[in-house]
Amino acid sequence: MAQAKPKDFAQAPTPAPNLLRILTLVTVIGVVIALVFALNIAGTDIEQGEVQRIFYVHMPAFFGAFLAFGATVLGGIMYLWKRDPKWDRLAVAGVEVGFAFAMINLITGSIWARPIWNTWWTWDPRLTSEAIMVLTYAAYMMLRAGIDNMDTRRRFASVYGILAFATVLLTLFIIRFREDTIHPTVVGNSPQNAQGTFAASDGVVTALMVGLVIWGLLVPVTLMWYRIRLENMLDWVNRKKMEVLSA
Amino acid sequence: MSDTPAVLSIRELVKIYDFIPVLRQLDLDVAQGDCVALLGPNGSGKSTLLRLIAGLIKPSSGTIEIGGWQMPKEAAAVRAQIGMVSHQSLLYGNLTARENLVFFARLYDVPKNERDDRIAALLEQVGLTKRAESLVRTFSRGMQQRLSIARALLHSPHVLLFDEPYSGLDQDAAAMLDDIIRHTHQDGQTMMISTHLLERAQQVATRVMILNRGRVVLDKQAVAIAEHQLASVYAQAIADKIPSDAPQPRIETSVEPAS
Amino acid sequence: MKTGFWQVTFAILRKDMLAEIRSRELLSVMGLFALLSVLIFSFALEMDREARETAISGVIWVTVAFASIIGLNRSMSSEREQGSFDALLLAPVDRSALFLGKFLGNFVVVLLVGLILLPLGTLLYNITLITPWVLVILVLGIFGISTTGTLLAAMTAQTRARDALLSIAMLPIVLPVLLASVRATTSIISGDPTDLWISWPQILLVMDVIYMVLCFFTFGFIIEE
Repeated sequence: MAQAKPKDFAQAPTPAPNLLRILTLVTVIGVVIALVFALNIAGTDIEQGEVQRIFYVHMPAFFGAFLAFGATVLGGIMYLWKRDPKWDRLAVAGVEVGFAFAMINLITGSIWARPIWNTWWTWDPRLTSEAIMVLTYAAYMMLRAGIDNMDTRRRFASVYGILAFATVLLTLFIIRFREDTIHPTVVGNSPQNAQGTFAASDGVVTALMVGLVIWGLLVPVTLMWYRIRLENMLDWVNRKKMEVLSA
Repeated sequence: MSDTPAVLSIRELVKIYDFIPVLRQLDLDVAQGDCVALLGPNGSGKSTLLRLIAGLIKPSSGTIEIGGWQMPKEAAAVRAQIGMVSHQSLLYGNLTARENLVFFARLYDVPKNERDDRIAALLEQVGLTKRAESLVRTFSRGMQQRLSIARALLHSPHVLLFDEPYSGLDQDAAAMLDDIIRHTHQDGQTMMISTHLLERAQQVATRVMILNRGRVVLDKQAVAIAEHQLASVYAQAIADKIPSDAPQPRIETSVEPAS
Repeated sequence: MKTGFWQVTFAILRKDMLAEIRSRELLSVMGLFALLSVLIFSFALEMDREARETAISGVIWVTVAFASIIGLNRSMSSEREQGSFDALLLAPVDRSALFLGKFLGNFVVVLLVGLILLPLGTLLYNITLITPWVLVILVLGIFGISTTGTLLAAMTAQTRARDALLSIAMLPIVLPVLLASVRATTSIISGDPTDLWISWPQILLVMDVIYMVLCFFTFGFIIEE
């Protein structure tokens, strides 16, 4: 900290690097493949029918959110340690992408629940804890917006991003906490009163694995990369503006 | 006074807030026993400089050395040698004057056997002995400010910093504050006072320093400035001494104004 | 050169307690809020005995959580009012000692409110709440709430929205603690056998330790500039 040099290393925007272009292409193709697996190759569920297919997006979306929020924790820790704004950009990207994926997870779940549970929404422990998780990250964005000084904003956001992960873990493990959830588990045994469980046949597992790689890994990583670049550009524009104003 | 060793020395100090440089490459030495008046318009960096010296904020780059200790590295050692009086009282309204001082004596680790004597002496010095047991929130602004000085002197700091100490004080209270400052200075206390009040600055200071846009634009012994000249010197200093090596607006990056 | 860690912690605790004993600012506001909250709940949820048994722990903990938000906001703004938090930062002390001192003060005050709530709930809901295990849960739960609460209050005190932001930022984060506390309390007062709920205090203890460690070490980042 003693040798602190001015840390405003927003870099001038550059055209997208080749790796990002390739990644984008792979992701787009991957999304198509994942959809083909989910909609076509995996067999129709005997009990639930076509609506079960939403699961191939629903569950991977949670893992996409998990990955992104995990990136926020990493970004937060690294920012507090190194004080390099690039880590804070990772944290912001993680929160926004994670928020989007958590919303996808909630909405697809809701669509599935209408025919299976006969309701759009129920105050089930897992649903409730996920709703609270989404609210926590909404609070993160409000906290950021409430602080004018950039360094302060980054520091506070880093700390809050680390703390907020508690709600992600809660959502993940709440089935172990509260036995009365009706939400089915796919990995391991479902709780006794789970409604809407289905057998994991080979087709289901394959489609799920493809979905996990695409929705749980490729799409969030690609989006976060773009978001980081955008945040860098915003910082750079801001800096230029300040330079002109203070010159 | 220049032959006494510097108790405070600052090298190439830079502080940047949100890409705006508030202090640009500031160098400064303060000798033992100096009383420096820091002058300058709003936004010139006076407060920022004092808060940096006090360790309340971190420099973007550069070094601050006080009594041989380096600022961010040996922060605790430096903090133990600094006393600060700000325009806010930095006191607890729900405690009495004495309780406030006892609390801060604990924070600064003033030895227990000296504590009571020291507090009594300081209360005497700032003229609050009679009000020692009253709640601070019942104090007038001037009394709070005097108690604040007692708080800052509690641990016998090497350097005493005043950040706009006169703001919110009426004439009498300000004059009283001046008396205390002058007496403290006569005891050999090194201090820096940031203020807008030129005439007060000239009365108490041994050295006048004018900041503008994050740079020192004038640094003179107070005796070298004739009494009635300070105002014109000040006006001149902040008017035409815009540092020549400041970054110039870049014409080539200018954006077409939207029309 | 640094002042001793525990000396600072207890100096701050003593200072806060002294100010509180003198003004009773926090306790009176929080206590009154707690009383009102319990009353309102008991009117709003017209309940038979069984419903009361399941609802009371929720009522108690929601009240504790909101009362602590009121207290935390007050406790931090008293530090900010005269810039006295700067005075703490000026001193040659460990930042984490400042956290611990403020935390202990908040913890004690909220715990007192909790201790007022138990007989109050017992009286108004006609359910015995004063048992050793409920007290243990009360201590563990309030400990968890106060750790994150102290950290987040120090954070939101420096933002524009302040008070409003504290509740938004704090409630989701302390939710795991609240959830475990409510479950444990419900189980205990309905007389379940010990092995059905003993895991709750254990989970609470683990969460308390995790929150404490996290807040203790990140507090320094919150208050520097």
